[in-house]
Amino acid sequence: MSNRFIPLEPMQPRERIGVYVCHCGSNIAGTVDVAEVRDWAEKRLAHRGVVVARDYKFMCSSLGQELIAKDIKEQGLTRVVVAACSPHLHEQTFRKACQMAGLNPYLCELVSIREQVSWVHTDKHAATDKAKAILSGGVERVMRHTPLEPLHVPIHPATLVVGGGIAGIQAALEIADAGFPVYLVEREPSIGGHMAQFDKTFPTLDCAACILTPRMVSAGNHPNITLLTWSEVTRVDGYVGNFTVTIRKKARYVKEELCTGCGVCQEKCPKRVVDEQYEAGLGFRKACYIPFPQAVPKYPVIDTENCVFFAKGTCKACQKFCPTNAIDYDQKDEYLSVQVGNIILATGYDLFDARRVSQYGYGRLANVFTSLEFERLSNSAGPTNGNIVLRDGVTTPKTVGIIHCVGSRDRNFNNYCSAICCMQSLKFAHLVKERTGATVYNFYIDIRTTAKAYDEFYQRVLEEGTLFVRGKVAEVTDAARKPGEEGKIIIQVEDTLVGKQRRIPVDMVILANGLEPRRDAKEVAKIFGISCSADGWLIEKHPKLDPVATMTEGIYIAGCATGPKDIPSTVAQGAAAAASVLGRIQQGEIALEPVRASVLEERCSGCRICNNLCPFNAITFHEDRMVTSINAALCQGCGTCVAACPAGAITGTAFSNEQIIGQIEGLLMRNLETAPVGAGQA
Amino acid sequence: MSANEKPKFAMYWAAACGGCEIAVLNIGEKILDVDANFDVVFWPVAMDAKYKDVEAMPDGYITLTLFNGGIRNKENAEMARLLRRKSKILVSFGSCASEGCIPGLANLSSRQEILDTAYGTLTTDNPDNIRPQYSYAAPEGELHIPEFLPFVQTLDQIVPVDYYIPGCPPESHQIGAVVDLVIQALQGKAQLPPPGSVIGAGGSTVCDDCPRKRHEKKIKEFVRIQQIKPDPDLCLLEQGVPCNGPATRNGCGALCPQAGAQCIGCYGPAEGVTDYGARLITAFASVIDADDPQEIERILDGLPDPVGQFYRFNLAASLLRAAKPAFTGK
Ligand SMILES: Cc1cc2nc3c(=O)[nH]c(=O)nc-3n(C[C@H](O)[C@H](O)[C@H](O)COP(=O)(O)OP(=O)(O)OC[C@H]3O[C@@H](n4cnc5c(N)ncnc54)[C@H](O)[C@@H]3O)c2cc1C
Ligand code: SF4
Ligand code: SF4
Repeated sequence: MSNRFIPLEPMQPRERIGVYVCHCGSNIAGTVDVAEVRDWAEKRLAHRGVVVARDYKFMCSSLGQELIAKDIKEQGLTRVVVAACSPHLHEQTFRKACQMAGLNPYLCELVSIREQVSWVHTDKHAATDKAKAILSGGVERVMRHTPLEPLHVPIHPATLVVGGGIAGIQAALEIADAGFPVYLVEREPSIGGHMAQFDKTFPTLDCAACILTPRMVSAGNHPNITLLTWSEVTRVDGYVGNFTVTIRKKARYVKEELCTGCGVCQEKCPKRVVDEQYEAGLGFRKACYIPFPQAVPKYPVIDTENCVFFAKGTCKACQKFCPTNAIDYDQKDEYLSVQVGNIILATGYDLFDARRVSQYGYGRLANVFTSLEFERLSNSAGPTNGNIVLRDGVTTPKTVGIIHCVGSRDRNFNNYCSAICCMQSLKFAHLVKERTGATVYNFYIDIRTTAKAYDEFYQRVLEEGTLFVRGKVAEVTDAARKPGEEGKIIIQVEDTLVGKQRRIPVDMVILANGLEPRRDAKEVAKIFGISCSADGWLIEKHPKLDPVATMTEGIYIAGCATGPKDIPSTVAQGAAAAASVLGRIQQGEIALEPVRASVLEERCSGCRICNNLCPFNAITFHEDRMVTSINAALCQGCGTCVAACPAGAITGTAFSNEQIIGQIEGLLMRNLETAPVGAGQA
Repeated sequence: MSANEKPKFAMYWAAACGGCEIAVLNIGEKILDVDANFDVVFWPVAMDAKYKDVEAMPDGYITLTLFNGGIRNKENAEMARLLRRKSKILVSFGSCASEGCIPGLANLSSRQEILDTAYGTLTTDNPDNIRPQYSYAAPEGELHIPEFLPFVQTLDQIVPVDYYIPGCPPESHQIGAVVDLVIQALQGKAQLPPPGSVIGAGGSTVCDDCPRKRHEKKIKEFVRIQQIKPDPDLCLLEQGVPCNGPATRNGCGALCPQAGAQCIGCYGPAEGVTDYGARLITAFASVIDADDPQEIERILDGLPDPVGQFYRFNLAASLLRAAKPAFTGK
């Protein structure tokens, strides 16, 4: 009622508004008639204060920015609206352009006619209309803006790194070496990630343990690194520069301060368990175990599900034999709260479950192996001491088939290429040849060996005599049809180079199963307030120009958590994320958007709807006066309470109710109404 | 002051139930003050008057017009424009004029649907399927009835309004206070608030006047008042009764919650609120105590008629104003 935002009577516009419509090359201009939008704004929004409207090929270019600056100076603009891409991309650019020309940067509004219009529509006419509506909303909003000053807050010098694979280790070491504290949180008992399971690494075939272990040890001993293994982050509060992180340190049932890592407990533990994690199901561990000899830290954990004492109440072998009395069955999960300024997520990947391609027989045919199983089989510290043998543990295969792209580049599973499987399969071919002299077939769709020294490695494997069959394997079966197939596994494939169906009997099949996002990637992303792609890979701020940053300030991502990649790229990303964080820390402080909520006390009736909503605990209720107030120092401007207050008593700077309603009225083109709709036309 | 120099008073009834007129008469002996201080020049309910008499008045002739009712047909719209021209102070009186009120709920349907329901449903006794005609050739000449507009509008969507008096209907003591205020102002003893203000009501919400105890809220289910035995001292919303008090302007004295019934919002949006229903929806949603989508669905099933709950008085004044069928006529 009284809140009629667009008055019926014509009024003198209060502001002088400049409107700039960007073509973005053909990105916008291909779908939106930008010249028409510009003309329209100039004519139809003049009564709302638009004094100049221009269109330009690239508004973000220096020439485009100069256009704005020139108009601010010459035409005395008091507000600027740029219709271009999304605020994520260029809000800062245009704000800075305004600031350079002497206009408060917060008097500039960027409306998206690319992400919200040209990229999502094809009908040029409708898209042009929508662009006008969005622009009109921007004009109504901008005239309700107020000049603001950014808030400066100090950056906490500590960093949280989540995931202790090679990506996380690299990032942690770079930051720690630069002299700043790091919390490295790993959910398994040891750091190392997938790389710790491998024997050799392509393309150089250096031993994984030899290059990884020193890094793990450095991370474990570094005075600036607090290593928290067997731990998980459960909650993140705060914002860039000042995150408060809650970490659950799961009970190990071993007192770390007493344990010397001698391993007697593991030796004496009577309970053997198949090791699904580190040994990929090929070997055993104990219920009280150190996952592998080079584990960092060296402390064991007790797996309560399998521990005899936890199941039956008797045993305590580990406790009896522990020379330092470090076993503690009563240990409880601990929750730690740490302050950090930045966070790097390096949570890696999961392996595609080969059982899902049932025609390849994994889980049904004993001698079909997954890639990780083969890594363990070929590892000199693995269950067979590096002997490549069949599931019976003794027989050396004479013929081996390696199938590429299992679960990758397949519309039934994952469309993407897992990037590492070609090289990994070539590595396997080489190892099989070298250690067994077997005949090796690689079944591939395309060979992708694009990184440094990769194609040379491919040539080497070719020269070693590995046979390559180009074709997608149809089936792996033990149903013999011809003499010579009995007792073998037969690979049925269309050899597309010769153009015929082939049945190739082998003794062993290795599946190059692809890489998949962590199964809990979405939940993890939610804890940290970032997003994942539909597949579940963490999304970077910009795939080309900002590959380790995310849309959430202060949260970085590195390694396979963002998508499949090899160790060199993983390490490069770990280092890049560390460099970005170090840059932030060096600045000492950060400018934050001055967006804060406040309560207009005379409108607040103390209904208490907002009282328990604030994620930053900024809201207090005053029982004596029956009103609510917000602590500006704690408020982060998330807007939760602004939306919730039924009385409209809470308002947010830069997102005031007036601005938002004004923008909606503008979107609905109510600002064009010379006469009201409906009865007005009567 | 001689009698014919007294300030002029008018009241008009557009698309409304008539309750506003009764509420004015209900102010008791204050009505005598109106008569003593004003010259009533146009008030169809109370005295005989013709539109042409109003047309004949000079512009700005009427000092104070209380306009109740929304704009449902062409006649309502024409009278709104006419009375705007003729009045110095035009007051949007009551919920229908200010927010569309119950007639505004027809904005969910197209004209055709409304007429079909009124003249063509099973319960209607209309064997010859007679429908209203806008014009009719009678022996005396062509007769017209005003056109039924596509949707209900509020008075201020048609003409600028000076003040709003909310309520369905406005409370009599509030009307009395406004009458006093205007009389005082005319005598130079008081000042009128700035144009566009809401008068005869409070600046906060019904909760402000409600004596029930309040705490932080966590709603696990919505119930209808008859399903529970409500705690007489505890906030109704906290008991799961969808009380609209938190978003509704105060002024009524929190009558309903004090009598044990939830506020249904007849005093309209609170001072800071533009779209009443949207405000309440976000507010209720904020305190639903569940994370699981299915559980949330179940809780929301406790609000069987969302438009009636959130927009009962306010649909025509909401940001969207009407559903698509009413806008497009389809
Ligand atoms: C069979 C196979 C062979 C390969 N061989 C080679 C090779 O020879 N050369 C090469 O360059 N690349 C190879 N790769 C690729 C290589 O494995 C990856 O590039 C590399 O391991 C990625 O490291 P990462 O740190 O990103 O992830 P990971 O190694 O997956 O490490 C992630 C770590 O984060 C931890 N974590 C996950 N979620 C959480 C959480 N929520 N909280 C705390 N911690 C968490 C995990 O426990 C893990 O320790 C191979 C891959 C496979 C599958
Ligand atoms: S906007 Fe409201 S909910 Fe959000 S941080 Fe500020 S006070 Fe808390
Ligand atoms: S929701 Fe609004 S009215 Fe209710 S207590 Fe909070 S600030 Fe006050």
